[in-house]
Amino acid sequence: MAPVATPFFFYLLSGIMLIGGVLVITRKNPVHSALALIVTLLAQASIYLMLYAPFVAGVQIILYAGGIMVLFLFVIMLVSVDRVQRERQFNSQWVVGIIAATALGGLFMAVYTKGKDIFPEHALPMVESDNTQQIAMKLYGQYMFAFEIASLLLLVAIIGAVVMAKKRI
Amino acid sequence: MFAYIKSYLSSAQTPGAAGNMFWVLVYILVIFTGLAIAVMLMTWLERKVLAHMQVRLGPMRVGPHGLLQPIADSLKLLLKEDIMPAEADAFVFWIAPFIVVLAAFTVFVVIPFGPTHAITDMNIGILFMLGVSSLSVLGIVMAGWASNSHYPLIGALRSSAQMVSYEVAMGLAVVSAILMTSLNAEGTGTLSMIGIVQAQLAQHEWFIFKFFPLGLIAFFIFAVAMIAETNRAPFDLAEAESELTAGFHTEYSGFRWSLFFLSEYTAMIAVSSIAVTLWLGGWLRPFPNLLSGPTWDRAFSLFPGIAFLFLAAMCFFNATRMPKHPLFRIQTIGLAVFGIVLGLIGLILFIPAVSMRVQDIFWFSAKVGGFMYLYIWYRGTFPRYRFDQLMQMGWKVLLPLGLGVLILTAGVALLQQKLWHP
Amino acid sequence: MESMLHITTLHYLVLGAALFLLGVIGVLTRRNVVIVLMSIELILNAVNLNLVAFSRMWGGLHGQVFAIFVITDAAAEAAVGLGILIAFFRNKETVNIDEVNLLKW
Repeated sequence: MAPVATPFFFYLLSGIMLIGGVLVITRKNPVHSALALIVTLLAQASIYLMLYAPFVAGVQIILYAGGIMVLFLFVIMLVSVDRVQRERQFNSQWVVGIIAATALGGLFMAVYTKGKDIFPEHALPMVESDNTQQIAMKLYGQYMFAFEIASLLLLVAIIGAVVMAKKRI
Repeated sequence: MFAYIKSYLSSAQTPGAAGNMFWVLVYILVIFTGLAIAVMLMTWLERKVLAHMQVRLGPMRVGPHGLLQPIADSLKLLLKEDIMPAEADAFVFWIAPFIVVLAAFTVFVVIPFGPTHAITDMNIGILFMLGVSSLSVLGIVMAGWASNSHYPLIGALRSSAQMVSYEVAMGLAVVSAILMTSLNAEGTGTLSMIGIVQAQLAQHEWFIFKFFPLGLIAFFIFAVAMIAETNRAPFDLAEAESELTAGFHTEYSGFRWSLFFLSEYTAMIAVSSIAVTLWLGGWLRPFPNLLSGPTWDRAFSLFPGIAFLFLAAMCFFNATRMPKHPLFRIQTIGLAVFGIVLGLIGLILFIPAVSMRVQDIFWFSAKVGGFMYLYIWYRGTFPRYRFDQLMQMGWKVLLPLGLGVLILTAGVALLQQKLWHP
Repeated sequence: MESMLHITTLHYLVLGAALFLLGVIGVLTRRNVVIVLMSIELILNAVNLNLVAFSRMWGGLHGQVFAIFVITDAAAEAAVGLGILIAFFRNKETVNIDEVNLLKW
């Protein structure tokens, strides 16, 4: 399918993502932060659709927005006491943090302005009608080892999370 | 402009795939309206069918046989006072119903009512549906938390734990069905909903009957998991009145509660559509390959008209059985007029041009309607599961069963590929 | 203006860099541990966006496959991180990251 109104959607979605990101790091109430992060993640899934990556978009919606954020919300509900929200919300070294982040931002801008020519023009739009099949070929062919290790990692994470959160080991 | 509108009618794709924005909007409006009507019909049907199962009559007063009851219910809900608890988090309290409604309605973007009758046909259709329907857990958790009260919080936590547990079983059953789509010449399956139904057409077998009993067990796992997903009886502990006042939507009144209600029924229709598409052949009429040919097509295309005429006949029959009292005259006339309208729709559906187009939608809706009836039947029949029994069944029974079915399906499919196409 | 209307890979990279910066600021300046963990998720998402944008630029699917692995890793890390947070909260009753200042208790 031919792309429709790409600049409009890109700027709209990137605006939503950036506003969501700012809300994540500035809200006092962690539940509001989590909601803003969900909005950011869903906007990012839409940007993946624009980048001809429907499978990654689907995985993002299921795992990130539907799994990890539910986990975050549960934990926020468990640990959120009212006393927390009346305290100061920013660190004592926030100035140094902002300076470091600005330096990093300057570095990014320098790289991207100087190296603008190394990014070639966009190739033809990729076919997305067999994106899932192609990813499956790569995942179970070339990256099989990494796939198995990822499943082992998840097993270790499950055991670790259960052990960490138990009352008596 | 007209050329743009007409150009879609000759293409054999869904409007989303063809890139035709006008028809996409038309389809969205039609599906939205259809869902609203279906939910209203479902509320009436549930009360009447449940009542008849319990040997009572159900709503009879508002219209003839309670047919105007949904309208009265919606009016009441719209006019009720909007209460917000004192210490509740206003923004989260306000946004939670919208998230649940959004998650429930966005699923319908990929549901195929026919080979070209879907809003769009995504390459990741079934993945998208599973993912978006898991977003409703977020809305429920937020609703329970923002109400700032004990019963909603416990209800929300229980409900979300239940939904997350049964999503795993649902996912495994879905993967078993997707495996069966890859038994074609190229050996690649598809996640797209339209592709799944076309795979069933190409393999001459609905997936519920494939590799008997594996398809049946996978369908059974999905059927049980989908009832737990939508918090319906017998898995409705989270909103049971006798245990938890009303669970996560206790503090919601009026229009906000009706949004939760709407999203519950829409989610029911959505997961039933998934079950119908994956196992019961979607929009395919019974025996599309065995009894094929123009005469059989014509014979089966008479079914929509016959169904509506049957409903009209039932309306007329009940109109004659109304009490012969002057005060009942308006209800009798109303029922007769309703019967005439249904009969006219039935007669219109006999016209070949109309029935050829409407056939797929009719068979799909009939199958989903069967599932809706099953939902009501389960509510009237089964006692409620206790919460620990519920979780035990989700993790200790359905998950191993789903894994077993998946492994066996993969094994049998591999065997079939090796033996028949070496 | 003309270059702003034609969306190239550079646009996606700048967006990814902006998200990364927001995540870094969140990690460095917030006191609430949960929000620090959420900022880490922002950082991982920015990396994913870069990966998928490069995958689009070069046409192969390696970037997308790796993005899937990164999402899986993020899930595992969020689970373990939140488990540690709960264990910590059970002992100290606070989610203030400045209070995590004992090497042994």
